[in-house]
Amino acid sequence: MRKITEKNIIDTISRLCLDSNINLRRDVEKALLRAVEKENNKQARKILKQLLENAKIAKSERIPLCQDTGLPIVFVDIGRGVDITGLDMESAINRGVRDGYDRGFLRNSVVRDPLQRSLLSGFTPCVIHFGLGRHKGLRLTVLPKGFGCENKTKLIMLYPTATMAEIKKSIISAVIEAGPDACPPYILGIGIGGSADYACQLSKKALLRPIDKKSGLKHVARLEEELLKEANKLDIGPMGLGGKTTVLGVNILAHSTHIAGFPICVNISCHALRSASALLS
Amino acid sequence: MLYFLRDLVKLQTPEDKVFSRLRAGDEVLLTGEIFTARDQAHKRLAALIKKGAKLPFDLKGQIIYYCGPTRTPPGKTIGSCGPTTSARMDKMTKPLLACGLKGMIGKGRRSEEVRGLIKKHKAVYFLATGGAGAFLSKRVLSVKPVCFKELGPEAVYKVSVKDFPLIVGIDSRGTDIFKRGRS
Repeated sequence: MRKITEKNIIDTISRLCLDSNINLRRDVEKALLRAVEKENNKQARKILKQLLENAKIAKSERIPLCQDTGLPIVFVDIGRGVDITGLDMESAINRGVRDGYDRGFLRNSVVRDPLQRSLLSGFTPCVIHFGLGRHKGLRLTVLPKGFGCENKTKLIMLYPTATMAEIKKSIISAVIEAGPDACPPYILGIGIGGSADYACQLSKKALLRPIDKKSGLKHVARLEEELLKEANKLDIGPMGLGGKTTVLGVNILAHSTHIAGFPICVNISCHALRSASALLS
Repeated sequence: MLYFLRDLVKLQTPEDKVFSRLRAGDEVLLTGEIFTARDQAHKRLAALIKKGAKLPFDLKGQIIYYCGPTRTPPGKTIGSCGPTTSARMDKMTKPLLACGLKGMIGKGRRSEEVRGLIKKHKAVYFLATGGAGAFLSKRVLSVKPVCFKELGPEAVYKVSVKDFPLIVGIDSRGTDIFKRGRS
Protein backbone atom coordinates (compact mmCIF):
# COMPACT_ATOMS: atom_id res chain seq x y z
CA MET A 1 0.00 0.00 0.00
CA ARG A 2 1.59 3.24 -1.11
CA LYS A 3 1.08 6.27 1.10
CA ILE A 4 0.33 9.34 -1.01
CA THR A 5 1.60 12.60 0.44
CA GLU A 6 0.37 16.14 -0.15
CA LYS A 7 3.70 16.87 -1.78
CA ASN A 8 3.11 14.02 -4.28
CA ILE A 9 -0.19 15.64 -5.28
CA ILE A 10 1.13 19.20 -5.44
CA ASP A 11 4.17 18.25 -7.53
CA THR A 12 2.20 16.03 -9.90
CA ILE A 13 -0.63 18.51 -10.49
CA SER A 14 1.87 21.33 -11.00
CA ARG A 15 3.74 19.31 -13.63
CA LEU A 16 0.51 18.28 -15.37
CA CYS A 17 -0.67 21.92 -15.58
CA LEU A 18 2.54 22.84 -17.39
CA ASP A 19 2.66 19.76 -19.57
CA SER A 20 -0.96 20.03 -20.72
CA ASN A 21 -0.77 23.74 -21.52
CA ILE A 22 2.52 23.60 -23.42
CA ASN A 23 2.55 20.26 -25.23
CA LEU A 24 -0.13 19.47 -27.77
CA ARG A 25 -1.61 16.05 -27.17
CA ARG A 26 -0.03 13.49 -29.48
CA ASP A 27 -3.40 12.20 -30.71
CA VAL A 28 -4.51 15.73 -31.60
CA GLU A 29 -1.24 16.45 -33.37
CA LYS A 30 -1.61 13.25 -35.37
CA ALA A 31 -5.18 14.21 -36.31
CA LEU A 32 -4.00 17.64 -37.49
CA LEU A 33 -1.22 16.07 -39.58
CA ARG A 34 -3.76 13.72 -41.17
CA ALA A 35 -6.13 16.61 -41.79
CA VAL A 36 -3.44 18.61 -43.62
CA GLU A 37 -3.01 15.67 -46.00
CA LYS A 38 -6.71 15.13 -46.57
CA GLU A 39 -7.87 18.75 -46.77
CA ASN A 40 -8.49 20.11 -50.31
CA ASN A 41 -9.25 23.69 -49.32
CA LYS A 42 -6.03 25.68 -49.70
CA GLN A 43 -6.76 28.24 -46.99
CA ALA A 44 -7.85 25.49 -44.60
CA ARG A 45 -4.58 23.66 -45.19
CA LYS A 46 -2.63 26.83 -44.51
CA ILE A 47 -4.44 27.36 -41.20
CA LEU A 48 -3.91 23.73 -40.16
CA LYS A 49 -0.20 24.14 -40.85
CA GLN A 50 -0.20 27.27 -38.67
CA LEU A 51 -1.68 25.18 -35.86
CA LEU A 52 1.08 22.58 -36.22
CA GLU A 53 3.67 25.37 -36.30
CA ASN A 54 2.00 26.81 -33.20
CA ALA A 55 2.51 23.50 -31.37
CA LYS A 56 6.16 23.45 -32.38
CA ILE A 57 6.76 26.98 -31.12
CA ALA A 58 4.92 26.34 -27.86
CA LYS A 59 7.07 23.29 -27.21
CA SER A 60 10.41 24.84 -28.07
CA GLU A 61 9.73 28.18 -26.37
CA ARG A 62 7.95 26.62 -23.39
CA ILE A 63 4.96 28.92 -23.77
CA PRO A 64 1.31 27.87 -23.71
CA LEU A 65 -0.34 26.71 -26.94
CA CYS A 66 -3.17 29.16 -26.39
CA GLN A 67 -3.48 32.36 -24.35
CA ASP A 68 -6.62 30.91 -22.80
CA THR A 69 -4.91 28.53 -20.40
CA GLY A 70 -8.37 27.55 -19.34
CA LEU A 71 -10.24 26.76 -16.22
CA PRO A 72 -8.27 23.81 -14.86
CA ILE A 73 -10.54 20.77 -14.57
CA VAL A 74 -8.92 18.09 -12.42
CA PHE A 75 -10.02 14.46 -12.43
CA VAL A 76 -9.02 12.37 -9.42
CA ASP A 77 -9.54 8.65 -9.90
CA ILE A 78 -8.91 6.78 -6.72
CA GLY A 79 -7.98 3.17 -7.39
CA ARG A 80 -6.70 0.36 -5.21
CA GLY A 81 -3.44 0.00 -3.32
CA VAL A 82 -3.04 3.63 -2.31
CA ASP A 83 -3.41 5.16 1.11
CA ILE A 84 -4.89 8.65 1.07
CA THR A 85 -6.10 8.84 4.65
CA GLY A 86 -5.66 12.20 6.33
CA LEU A 87 -4.91 13.97 3.05
CA ASP A 88 -6.35 17.40 2.38
CA MET A 89 -6.65 16.48 -1.27
CA GLU A 90 -8.59 19.55 -2.33
CA SER A 91 -6.07 22.08 -1.02
CA ALA A 92 -3.17 20.01 -2.31
CA ILE A 93 -4.69 20.03 -5.81
CA ASN A 94 -5.34 23.76 -5.71
CA ARG A 95 -1.81 24.39 -4.46
CA GLY A 96 -0.49 22.27 -7.32
CA VAL A 97 -2.53 24.27 -9.82
CA ARG A 98 -1.28 27.58 -8.40
CA ASP A 99 2.30 26.34 -8.49
CA GLY A 100 2.07 25.08 -12.08
CA TYR A 101 0.24 28.13 -13.41
CA ASP A 102 2.67 30.42 -11.64
CA ARG A 103 5.80 28.61 -12.82
CA GLY A 104 4.55 28.40 -16.40
CA PHE A 105 3.55 32.09 -16.58
CA LEU A 106 0.11 30.84 -17.53
CA ARG A 107 -2.85 33.18 -17.62
CA ASN A 108 -4.92 33.86 -14.60
CA SER A 109 -8.40 33.48 -16.04
CA VAL A 110 -10.28 32.68 -12.85
CA VAL A 111 -12.62 35.12 -11.12
CA ARG A 112 -13.41 34.27 -7.51
CA ASP A 113 -17.03 35.30 -7.65
CA PRO A 114 -19.08 34.72 -10.80
CA LEU A 115 -21.31 37.72 -10.06
CA GLN A 116 -18.70 40.24 -8.94
CA ARG A 117 -16.41 39.16 -11.82
CA SER A 118 -13.47 41.48 -11.40
CA LEU A 119 -11.76 39.79 -8.48
CA LEU A 120 -8.91 37.63 -9.70
CA SER A 121 -8.35 34.80 -7.29
CA GLY A 122 -4.96 33.57 -8.42
CA PHE A 123 -5.64 30.60 -10.69
CA THR A 124 -7.88 28.72 -8.23
CA PRO A 125 -10.13 27.21 -7.06
CA CYS A 126 -10.19 24.78 -9.95
CA VAL A 127 -12.97 22.31 -10.68
CA ILE A 128 -12.34 18.85 -9.24
CA HIS A 129 -14.14 15.62 -10.14
CA PHE A 130 -13.53 12.77 -7.74
CA GLY A 131 -14.10 9.22 -8.89
CA LEU A 132 -13.43 5.67 -7.78
CA GLY A 133 -11.94 3.03 -10.05
CA ARG A 134 -10.74 -0.56 -10.03
CA HIS A 135 -7.32 0.35 -11.38
CA LYS A 136 -4.19 0.25 -9.24
CA GLY A 137 -3.02 3.59 -7.89
CA LEU A 138 -4.24 7.17 -7.90
CA ARG A 139 -4.76 8.74 -11.31
CA LEU A 140 -4.56 12.51 -11.60
CA THR A 141 -5.60 14.26 -14.80
CA VAL A 142 -5.58 17.96 -15.65
CA LEU A 143 -7.73 19.31 -18.48
CA PRO A 144 -7.35 23.09 -18.86
CA LYS A 145 -10.59 23.98 -20.62
CA GLY A 146 -10.66 27.12 -22.72
CA PHE A 147 -13.93 29.00 -22.44
CA GLY A 148 -14.42 30.07 -26.04
CA CYS A 149 -15.47 26.49 -26.66
CA GLU A 150 -16.85 25.77 -23.19
CA ASN A 151 -19.42 28.50 -23.90
CA LYS A 152 -20.76 26.37 -26.74
CA THR A 153 -21.66 23.41 -24.50
CA LYS A 154 -25.15 22.05 -25.11
CA LEU A 155 -27.28 20.00 -22.77
CA ILE A 156 -30.17 18.41 -24.60
CA MET A 157 -32.92 16.44 -22.84
CA LEU A 158 -34.50 14.31 -25.54
CA TYR A 159 -37.54 12.07 -25.17
CA PRO A 160 -36.73 8.40 -24.64
CA THR A 161 -38.41 7.57 -27.95
CA ALA A 162 -36.06 9.80 -29.93
CA THR A 163 -34.96 8.31 -33.22
CA MET A 164 -31.34 7.93 -34.22
CA ALA A 165 -31.87 10.72 -36.74
CA GLU A 166 -33.12 13.05 -33.98
CA ILE A 167 -30.19 12.14 -31.76
CA LYS A 168 -27.69 12.90 -34.50
CA LYS A 169 -29.47 16.09 -35.48
CA SER A 170 -29.37 17.45 -31.93
CA ILE A 171 -25.65 16.75 -31.63
CA ILE A 172 -24.81 18.17 -35.07
CA SER A 173 -26.86 21.29 -34.29
CA ALA A 174 -24.46 22.00 -31.41
CA VAL A 175 -21.60 22.00 -33.92
CA ILE A 176 -23.54 24.25 -36.29
CA GLU A 177 -24.25 26.68 -33.47
CA ALA A 178 -20.59 26.79 -32.46
CA GLY A 179 -19.84 27.50 -36.12
CA PRO A 180 -16.68 29.51 -36.68
CA ASP A 181 -16.60 30.99 -33.17
CA ALA A 182 -14.94 28.43 -30.92
CA CYS A 183 -11.74 27.61 -32.82
CA PRO A 184 -12.60 24.78 -35.18
CA PRO A 185 -11.61 22.07 -36.02
CA TYR A 186 -13.37 20.80 -32.92
CA ILE A 187 -13.22 17.68 -30.81
CA LEU A 188 -16.62 16.59 -29.49
CA GLY A 189 -16.91 15.15 -26.03
CA ILE A 190 -20.38 13.66 -25.71
CA GLY A 191 -22.06 12.29 -22.62
CA ILE A 192 -25.19 10.23 -23.22
CA GLY A 193 -27.43 8.96 -20.44
CA GLY A 194 -27.27 9.29 -16.68
CA SER A 195 -28.87 12.45 -15.30
CA ALA A 196 -28.48 15.98 -16.64
CA ASP A 197 -25.48 16.71 -14.43
CA TYR A 198 -23.91 13.32 -15.05
CA ALA A 199 -24.24 13.62 -18.84
CA CYS A 200 -22.33 16.91 -18.57
CA GLN A 201 -19.60 15.29 -16.51
CA LEU A 202 -19.34 12.38 -18.95
CA SER A 203 -19.06 14.77 -21.89
CA LYS A 204 -16.03 16.39 -20.30
CA LYS A 205 -14.50 13.07 -19.36
CA ALA A 206 -14.99 11.83 -22.93
CA LEU A 207 -12.49 14.46 -24.07
CA LEU A 208 -9.76 12.66 -22.14
CA ARG A 209 -9.85 9.60 -24.38
CA PRO A 210 -7.35 9.72 -27.27
CA ILE A 211 -9.35 10.71 -30.33
CA ASP A 212 -7.89 7.88 -32.40
CA LYS A 213 -9.44 5.37 -29.99
CA LYS A 214 -13.05 4.42 -30.59
CA SER A 215 -15.59 3.52 -27.93
CA GLY A 216 -15.40 -0.08 -26.74
CA LEU A 217 -19.14 -0.46 -27.45
CA LYS A 218 -19.76 -1.29 -31.09
CA HIS A 219 -22.98 0.68 -31.54
CA VAL A 220 -21.47 3.69 -29.78
CA ALA A 221 -18.33 3.50 -31.91
CA ARG A 222 -20.55 3.44 -35.00
CA LEU A 223 -22.39 6.57 -33.83
CA GLU A 224 -19.04 8.28 -33.23
CA GLU A 225 -17.97 7.50 -36.75
CA GLU A 226 -21.23 8.61 -38.33
CA LEU A 227 -21.22 11.88 -36.38
CA LEU A 228 -17.63 12.57 -37.44
CA LYS A 229 -18.53 12.03 -41.07
CA GLU A 230 -21.63 14.17 -40.88
CA ALA A 231 -19.93 17.02 -39.03
CA ASN A 232 -17.18 17.16 -41.60
CA LYS A 233 -19.77 17.77 -44.33
CA LEU A 234 -20.80 21.06 -42.68
CA ASP A 235 -18.05 23.03 -44.46
CA ILE A 236 -17.23 25.00 -41.32
CA GLY A 237 -13.54 24.17 -41.52
CA PRO A 238 -10.53 25.67 -39.72
CA MET A 239 -11.34 29.19 -38.42
CA GLY A 240 -14.80 28.66 -39.88
CA LEU A 241 -13.57 29.59 -43.35
CA GLY A 242 -14.59 26.36 -45.05
CA GLY A 243 -13.10 22.97 -45.70
CA LYS A 244 -13.80 19.42 -44.72
CA THR A 245 -11.85 19.61 -41.44
CA THR A 246 -14.58 20.71 -39.04
CA VAL A 247 -14.27 18.00 -36.39
CA LEU A 248 -11.08 16.06 -35.60
CA GLY A 249 -12.65 13.51 -33.31
CA VAL A 250 -15.88 12.40 -31.64
CA ASN A 251 -15.71 10.67 -28.25
CA ILE A 252 -18.86 9.36 -26.60
CA LEU A 253 -19.29 8.05 -23.08
CA ALA A 254 -22.64 6.41 -22.38
CA HIS A 255 -24.30 5.52 -19.09
CA SER A 256 -27.58 3.88 -18.16
CA THR A 257 -30.46 6.27 -17.65
CA HIS A 258 -34.12 6.61 -16.69
CA ILE A 259 -37.02 5.20 -18.74
CA ALA A 260 -38.44 8.72 -19.15
CA GLY A 261 -35.26 10.46 -20.20
CA PHE A 262 -32.47 10.78 -22.71
CA PRO A 263 -29.88 13.32 -21.58
CA ILE A 264 -27.21 14.26 -24.08
CA CYS A 265 -24.45 16.73 -23.36
CA VAL A 266 -22.13 17.94 -26.08
CA ASN A 267 -18.96 19.49 -24.73
CA ILE A 268 -17.15 21.09 -27.60
CA SER A 269 -13.40 21.45 -27.46
CA CYS A 270 -11.37 23.71 -29.69
CA HIS A 271 -8.51 22.13 -31.65
CA ALA A 272 -6.23 22.97 -28.70
CA LEU A 273 -7.61 20.09 -26.65
CA ARG A 274 -5.25 19.88 -23.73
CA SER A 275 -4.93 17.29 -21.02
CA ALA A 276 -2.24 15.40 -19.19
CA SER A 277 -2.43 12.48 -16.80
CA ALA A 278 -0.25 10.71 -14.25
CA LEU A 279 -0.64 7.55 -12.21
CA LEU A 280 0.69 7.44 -8.66
CA SER A 281 1.03 3.83 -7.62
CA MET B 1 1.53 53.80 -38.26
CA LEU B 2 0.19 50.71 -39.91
CA TYR B 3 1.33 48.92 -42.98
CA PHE B 4 -0.35 46.12 -44.83
CA LEU B 5 2.06 43.98 -46.75
CA ARG B 6 -0.53 43.24 -49.39
CA ASP B 7 -0.70 46.85 -50.39
CA LEU B 8 2.61 48.15 -49.10
CA VAL B 9 0.76 51.33 -48.42
CA LYS B 10 1.21 53.33 -45.25
CA LEU B 11 -1.98 53.68 -43.28
CA GLN B 12 -2.10 56.95 -41.40
CA THR B 13 -5.58 58.20 -40.77
CA PRO B 14 -9.07 56.83 -40.47
CA GLU B 15 -9.76 58.17 -43.94
CA ASP B 16 -6.91 56.19 -45.40
CA LYS B 17 -7.78 54.43 -48.60
CA VAL B 18 -6.16 51.14 -47.63
CA PHE B 19 -8.99 50.21 -45.31
CA SER B 20 -11.63 50.86 -47.93
CA ARG B 21 -9.76 48.76 -50.48
CA LEU B 22 -9.61 45.66 -48.27
CA ARG B 23 -12.14 42.99 -49.15
CA ALA B 24 -13.55 40.16 -47.05
CA GLY B 25 -11.28 37.15 -47.49
CA ASP B 26 -8.12 39.16 -48.18
CA GLU B 27 -5.07 37.93 -46.31
CA VAL B 28 -2.99 40.74 -44.88
CA LEU B 29 0.15 41.07 -42.79
CA LEU B 30 -0.28 43.88 -40.34
CA THR B 31 2.64 45.94 -39.08
CA GLY B 32 2.09 48.68 -36.52
CA GLU B 33 0.53 49.33 -33.14
CA ILE B 34 -2.70 47.85 -31.88
CA PHE B 35 -4.51 47.94 -28.52
CA THR B 36 -5.69 44.85 -26.67
CA ALA B 37 -9.14 45.05 -25.07
CA ARG B 38 -11.62 42.31 -24.24
CA ASP B 39 -14.79 41.95 -22.17
CA GLN B 40 -14.11 43.99 -19.03
CA ALA B 41 -12.08 46.68 -20.82
CA HIS B 42 -14.92 47.07 -23.33
CA LYS B 43 -17.41 47.37 -20.52
CA ARG B 44 -15.35 50.15 -18.95
CA LEU B 45 -14.69 51.98 -22.20
CA ALA B 46 -18.38 51.86 -23.12
CA ALA B 47 -19.32 53.19 -19.66
CA LEU B 48 -16.80 56.03 -19.91
CA ILE B 49 -18.11 57.00 -23.35
CA LYS B 50 -21.69 56.96 -22.04
CA LYS B 51 -20.68 59.30 -19.21
CA GLY B 52 -18.93 61.58 -21.69
CA ALA B 53 -15.66 61.10 -19.81
CA LYS B 54 -12.25 61.28 -21.43
CA LEU B 55 -10.93 57.91 -22.52
CA PRO B 56 -7.53 56.68 -21.28
CA PHE B 57 -6.46 56.39 -24.92
CA ASP B 58 -7.74 57.85 -28.15
CA LEU B 59 -9.70 55.35 -30.20
CA LYS B 60 -9.66 57.46 -33.34
CA GLY B 61 -8.12 55.55 -36.23
CA GLN B 62 -7.00 52.71 -33.97
CA ILE B 63 -7.30 48.95 -34.10
CA ILE B 64 -8.45 46.91 -31.10
CA TYR B 65 -7.31 43.34 -30.67
CA TYR B 66 -9.66 41.11 -28.64
CA CYS B 67 -6.89 39.44 -26.72
CA GLY B 68 -5.85 38.66 -23.17
CA PRO B 69 -2.28 37.36 -23.39
CA THR B 70 -0.64 35.00 -20.92
CA ARG B 71 1.93 36.54 -18.59
CA THR B 72 5.28 37.38 -20.15
CA PRO B 73 8.04 34.98 -19.10
CA PRO B 74 11.42 36.57 -18.34
CA GLY B 75 13.43 37.30 -21.47
CA LYS B 76 10.36 37.19 -23.72
CA THR B 77 8.33 39.99 -25.31
CA ILE B 78 4.91 38.54 -24.61
CA GLY B 79 3.30 35.23 -23.72
CA SER B 80 0.78 33.38 -25.84
CA CYS B 81 -1.47 35.96 -27.51
CA GLY B 82 -4.20 34.69 -29.81
CA PRO B 83 -7.67 36.20 -30.34
CA THR B 84 -10.72 35.61 -28.17
CA THR B 85 -14.33 35.19 -29.39
CA SER B 86 -15.48 38.48 -30.92
CA ALA B 87 -19.22 37.94 -30.49
CA ARG B 88 -18.95 38.74 -26.78
CA MET B 89 -17.84 42.26 -27.67
CA ASP B 90 -20.74 42.87 -30.09
CA LYS B 91 -23.06 44.59 -27.62
CA MET B 92 -20.29 47.02 -26.60
CA THR B 93 -18.89 47.81 -30.05
CA LYS B 94 -21.26 50.59 -31.13
CA PRO B 95 -19.91 53.41 -28.90
CA LEU B 96 -16.31 52.49 -29.73
CA LEU B 97 -16.93 52.74 -33.46
CA ALA B 98 -18.70 56.04 -32.88
CA CYS B 99 -15.47 57.27 -31.23
CA GLY B 100 -13.54 56.53 -34.40
CA LEU B 101 -12.35 52.95 -33.84
CA LYS B 102 -11.19 51.80 -37.26
CA GLY B 103 -10.41 48.12 -36.90
CA MET B 104 -11.09 45.10 -34.72
CA ILE B 105 -9.22 41.81 -34.57
CA GLY B 106 -10.80 38.68 -33.15
CA LYS B 107 -12.21 35.33 -34.09
CA GLY B 108 -15.62 34.14 -35.20
CA ARG B 109 -18.83 35.81 -36.25
CA ARG B 110 -20.18 39.30 -35.53
CA SER B 111 -23.79 40.30 -35.07
CA GLU B 112 -25.83 41.77 -37.89
CA GLU B 113 -25.86 45.06 -35.97
CA VAL B 114 -22.05 45.18 -35.82
CA ARG B 115 -21.80 44.32 -39.51
CA GLY B 116 -24.03 47.30 -40.28
CA LEU B 117 -22.00 49.58 -38.00
CA ILE B 118 -18.74 48.49 -39.63
CA LYS B 119 -20.21 49.49 -42.97
CA LYS B 120 -21.52 52.78 -41.60
CA HIS B 121 -18.17 53.76 -40.06
CA LYS B 122 -16.08 52.29 -42.90
CA ALA B 123 -14.21 50.13 -40.41
CA VAL B 124 -12.81 46.62 -40.87
CA TYR B 125 -13.10 43.44 -38.82
CA PHE B 126 -10.11 41.12 -39.06
CA LEU B 127 -9.77 37.46 -38.12
CA ALA B 128 -6.67 36.10 -36.46
CA THR B 129 -6.05 32.37 -36.13
CA GLY B 130 -7.73 31.19 -32.94
CA GLY B 131 -5.70 28.88 -30.75
CA ALA B 132 -2.42 29.89 -32.36
CA GLY B 133 -1.26 32.14 -29.52
CA ALA B 134 2.30 30.82 -29.48
CA PHE B 135 2.64 31.28 -33.24
CA LEU B 136 1.26 34.83 -33.08
CA SER B 137 3.54 35.77 -30.18
CA LYS B 138 6.50 35.57 -32.55
CA ARG B 139 5.06 38.52 -34.51
CA VAL B 140 5.02 40.84 -31.51
CA LEU B 141 7.83 43.39 -31.16
CA SER B 142 6.88 45.14 -27.93
CA VAL B 143 4.12 45.50 -25.33
CA LYS B 144 3.26 48.50 -23.18
CA PRO B 145 0.51 48.66 -20.53
CA VAL B 146 -1.98 51.45 -21.23
CA CYS B 147 -4.79 51.30 -18.67
CA PHE B 148 -7.03 49.17 -16.43
CA LYS B 149 -3.94 47.40 -15.08
CA GLU B 150 -5.99 45.86 -12.26
CA LEU B 151 -7.82 43.74 -14.83
CA GLY B 152 -4.72 41.59 -15.26
CA PRO B 153 -4.96 39.78 -18.59
CA GLU B 154 -7.95 41.95 -19.48
CA ALA B 155 -5.99 45.20 -19.13
CA VAL B 156 -5.36 47.33 -22.21
CA TYR B 157 -1.90 46.93 -23.74
CA LYS B 158 -0.40 48.71 -26.68
CA VAL B 159 1.14 45.98 -28.78
CA SER B 160 3.56 46.59 -31.60
CA VAL B 161 3.27 43.85 -34.21
CA LYS B 162 5.20 42.97 -37.34
CA ASP B 163 3.71 40.95 -40.19
CA PHE B 164 0.82 39.87 -37.99
CA PRO B 165 -1.19 37.47 -40.20
CA LEU B 166 -4.87 38.38 -40.56
CA ILE B 167 -7.81 37.64 -42.80
CA VAL B 168 -10.43 40.31 -43.50
CA GLY B 169 -13.66 39.07 -41.90
CA ILE B 170 -15.95 42.03 -42.60
CA ASP B 171 -14.83 44.74 -44.98
CA SER B 172 -15.79 48.42 -44.98
CA ARG B 173 -18.60 47.69 -47.44
CA GLY B 174 -20.13 45.35 -44.90
CA THR B 175 -19.33 42.13 -46.73
CA ASP B 176 -19.06 39.32 -44.19
CA ILE B 177 -16.78 36.36 -44.98
CA PHE B 178 -19.06 34.03 -43.02
CA LYS B 179 -22.14 35.06 -44.99
CA ARG B 180 -20.92 35.28 -48.55
CA GLY B 181 -20.51 32.21 -50.73
CA ARG B 182 -17.22 30.49 -50.26
CA SER B 183 -14.82 29.74 -53.07
